[in-house]
Amino acid sequence: MSADIIVPAVISFIAGYALIKKTDIFTAFTEGAKEGLRSAAAILPALCFLMTAIGMIRQSGALDMLTEFIAPFAEKLGFPPEVIPLAVMRPFSGSGALGYYEELCQSLEPGSFAERVASVLMGGSETTFYTVAVYYGAIGIKNGRNTVPAALAADFAAAILSVFAVNLFMGRG
Amino acid sequence: MGNFFFLAAALSLVFGIISGNISAVSAAALEESTHAVELSIKLLGSLCFWSGIMEVARRSGLVNALCEALRPILGLIFPGLKNETKALGAISMNVSANLLGLGNAATPLGISAMKELHKISGNSSSATKEMVLFVVMNTASLQLLPTTVATLRLEAGAERPLDILPAVWLVSALSLFIGIAAAKLSFPKGENS
Repeated sequence: MSADIIVPAVISFIAGYALIKKTDIFTAFTEGAKEGLRSAAAILPALCFLMTAIGMIRQSGALDMLTEFIAPFAEKLGFPPEVIPLAVMRPFSGSGALGYYEELCQSLEPGSFAERVASVLMGGSETTFYTVAVYYGAIGIKNGRNTVPAALAADFAAAILSVFAVNLFMGRG
Repeated sequence: MGNFFFLAAALSLVFGIISGNISAVSAAALEESTHAVELSIKLLGSLCFWSGIMEVARRSGLVNALCEALRPILGLIFPGLKNETKALGAISMNVSANLLGLGNAATPLGISAMKELHKISGNSSSATKEMVLFVVMNTASLQLLPTTVATLRLEAGAERPLDILPAVWLVSALSLFIGIAAAKLSFPKGENS
């Protein structure tokens, strides 16, 4: 894909700019990378904490029951039933959501309404709990205050809006 | 966070018993920390690499140039950081990486930004307003080209895998706005600068 050009282009640009400005690239790089080493060590405890909690919830079937519970409401809003589990999984688990999305891509007709809603949802949202844990874990923040409610409000909005946006731009196909 | 852990454990105990999945819950409890180690080892490389690149860009002055370019937008979201060049610079790098779809780079650069915000807060153990807004921004998607989704759609036989772009942009922009608004509205009044 042509997007593969981005990484090499960005790195070349940054290195080229540094060369023109006569920056000591090697020293700067290694000193920065050392900081990255410290970050990795800092986020591991938070990742252990989060992934254990999320992993247990996923395996318990609680998310399936949540899906069943909200399905009637979601369908009233025009949400395709096949995509509801994806919307529920999305904030919790990046790999789980991606795996489910891959299955949807295979089982749904490409270009169908449900397939487009799933794709827009995947492209327009992130793995909320992972981001919160890694960012706060790296600097030892214990109290994230209103972060999770605000982020989940955005996720909820993204799910509803993906139906709306596909309708708006492409119709129910 | 402690409440969250208790809630997760208690919920999975109850639902695990109801749905008959309790052995899978037990396995997850014992194995997920190993996955966390695997993930952090995977991240270790990109953390070192992109933190190194970030330092090169910072010392060459590129970060400052980028920061000036993004200042009109970032100034609206983070009015309190007007004079905090280092933090604003790191945030600019993170936002640029997100826009370009460099997920591997966005996380390390985001962590650099969090470290700068942490310094400004005087190493507080509670999140500041800027931290909340920045994390909420990163839980929404800023990516202009959703390449993973496009690749999977192409493989599944979609004729025009990028026909969803306008819809993705609308959803990203509006949900980002809603996240930021929800965060800003829920701060105590005196804290909004």
